[in-house]
Amino acid sequence: MTGFWPTVAAVVWKDIQAELRTKDIVISVLAFALLSLIIFNFALRPSPQLTPVVAPGVLWVAFTFAGVLGLTRTFVLEKEQGNLIGLLLTPTSREALYVGKMLGSLFFMLVAEAVLLPVFAVLFNISPFQPGLLLIILMATLGFAAIGTLFSAMAVNTRSREIVLPMLFLPIVVPIIIGAVVASGTALDGGPWSDMVRWFQLIAVFDVLALVFSAFAFEHVLQE
Amino acid sequence: MATSMIIKKGLFVITGAMMLVILYLIFIWVPTEKNLGVSQRIFYFHVPIAWVGFLAFSFVLVGSVGYLWKRTSGWDRLAYSAAELGVLFTTLMLITGILWAKPVWGVWWTWDPRLTTSLILWLIYVAYLMLRAYSPKGDQGARYAAVLGIAGFIDVPLVYMSIVWWRTVHPQALIGPAATGELDPSMRLLLMISTLTFTLLFAYLLVDRVSLRRNEEEVEVLRGLIEPLR
Amino acid sequence: MATDGEDTGGRQRGRSCQAEGMVEADANAPLAIEVKGLTKTYGPQVVLRDLDLDLAWGGFLIVFGPNGSGKTTLIKVLATISRPTRGEVRVAGFDMKSNPGAIRRNIGLVTHQPLLYDDLTALENLKFHGRMFGLTNLEERIEKAADLMGVSSYLGRKVSILSHGMQKRLSLARAVLHDPPILLLDEPETGLDQEALEMLGQMMVSGDRGRRTVLMATHSLEKGLALGNQVAILAGGKIAYHEDRALVDEAMFKDTYGHFTGIAS
Repeated sequence: MTGFWPTVAAVVWKDIQAELRTKDIVISVLAFALLSLIIFNFALRPSPQLTPVVAPGVLWVAFTFAGVLGLTRTFVLEKEQGNLIGLLLTPTSREALYVGKMLGSLFFMLVAEAVLLPVFAVLFNISPFQPGLLLIILMATLGFAAIGTLFSAMAVNTRSREIVLPMLFLPIVVPIIIGAVVASGTALDGGPWSDMVRWFQLIAVFDVLALVFSAFAFEHVLQE
Repeated sequence: MATSMIIKKGLFVITGAMMLVILYLIFIWVPTEKNLGVSQRIFYFHVPIAWVGFLAFSFVLVGSVGYLWKRTSGWDRLAYSAAELGVLFTTLMLITGILWAKPVWGVWWTWDPRLTTSLILWLIYVAYLMLRAYSPKGDQGARYAAVLGIAGFIDVPLVYMSIVWWRTVHPQALIGPAATGELDPSMRLLLMISTLTFTLLFAYLLVDRVSLRRNEEEVEVLRGLIEPLR
Repeated sequence: MATDGEDTGGRQRGRSCQAEGMVEADANAPLAIEVKGLTKTYGPQVVLRDLDLDLAWGGFLIVFGPNGSGKTTLIKVLATISRPTRGEVRVAGFDMKSNPGAIRRNIGLVTHQPLLYDDLTALENLKFHGRMFGLTNLEERIEKAADLMGVSSYLGRKVSILSHGMQKRLSLARAVLHDPPILLLDEPETGLDQEALEMLGQMMVSGDRGRRTVLMATHSLEKGLALGNQVAILAGGKIAYHEDRALVDEAMFKDTYGHFTGIAS
């Protein structure tokens, strides 16, 4: 069996190479998130007092829906060219395949979020470069990637995959979204760490559970 | 074959009888609650229905784990049937909750932790049914659903403990491991009888649904054999 | 039913491979492929029904069957992509349930789909597959495989701009990159030009270790009968007929095929 980390590295590198050529995932995630931010701005029309109240929620809705889009695309690429079969044929552990795809998705989502954050800062007139906020974004995105990779591998084999993935993914990641929004709000207000700690804990527990469960369940999802 | 018919008929009769009994007990026998008034009687429906919903989802968990481990269709039938019933009971839980909320809180709905997590629970298992409808038939669909059946179950303890961990307008638990209040003996008795009744209802529906599902599968197999000959 | 004379190659092949330090085919396994009672269902639909099949090392078996007969399913099961619903499958001496990873090392698969990443170059595709198989001397192997299939000058091109025939050839190069002793081919002749078909024939017989064992599925009687030293017919979810090529005459075979499948050819 090919080693765990070499497999992970090969998969991540392959996804990055392909993405560099087309920039498919990052562009669609970015475009979608940007549109969401703008639309929310028009829909809510927040006054200067209201803006800091709605900002965290708007940010996370944008990140979440864009995340769903990005996750769908990572597996669509594999499926279209029959490459799911190609991956299955390799003498690699299924957990390693999972970690490889997961890290790839995580990387792309973080790249898109990194570009998005300054735009968000401008549109909503806030300063996003707080360590608390950045940490929350990292941890929550990890949770999205962890469970999203698993569900995306399932959804890609169903009819109406565009609706199946959100249906599976969104209810389950609600705890992350709630935690992220509340903690982001506290961070943006310059609130103390002690207020945010319990949300970090919640998201951290979720991340660990999601990673472990998904890594082991991946095997069952990949076979035909 | 005969024994399962007896079980089904037996369950049907007992459940039916008990339903009539509790209808009497709930609307006539039990005293009115002093703070909430007559509307409180819905408690004897709402709480047992909620518990049975959780019970159904634990059957989904068991069936899902069983299927991934053993890969025999009996486990899958259990999981799928229990999921359908779980969605049914959870829907009823939400409806009874909403009907109760209006007279007591003045609003149909509020986004508090207990209600929110309950709604999420409902969504997760509706997604389960959707996944099954859209997945390829047979082993693959069953596997996918099993993975979701296991992952989704994490919300059940979350719903139960939500009124302990977070501030909520939902009433605190009056009975069970998270109880903080006390129930009048007659009320507690009725609650237990009602819970038993709804559990029997669940058992009856589950047994019936699983055997119906088995028949459906056999028909499909037969149909598959006949088709090429037409 | 499988021919006997070809399996001495298996033992030698096994030993020379130990030297490379990879997990190798069980050198003592007498049969390259051994299937007992294989059943595969998709929900209520039974595709393979209690199928038995044996193929000795060095054999070149052509499996004939009309579309929908389960050829692709059989190949997918042998390639460990699909799990059997029931039954025992041993490939290269390894049991599918307990050791699928070892099987994957020993087989190469060619299907309708090229199993290539459109946006990467041919070279990047081969490098990826090489890494996933944990191959040493990757550049050397890539050179050899590309040479064998005549795609060396196209290595720097993106797969999406290659012609269909070139993609097929590249896919073949990918399949033999790790020099597997067993090849599984699902209708490989579709989409290949004459030259590539000859290369295919070449590739199928000459591995580093001598003769490969090949199982090829096809619905084209002419093309299939021109290759191979064993023939079989897949009908009714089973192997209905399995015989040495030498003992079979074309006309008679066409009749037999028609008899089992109800198709006049």
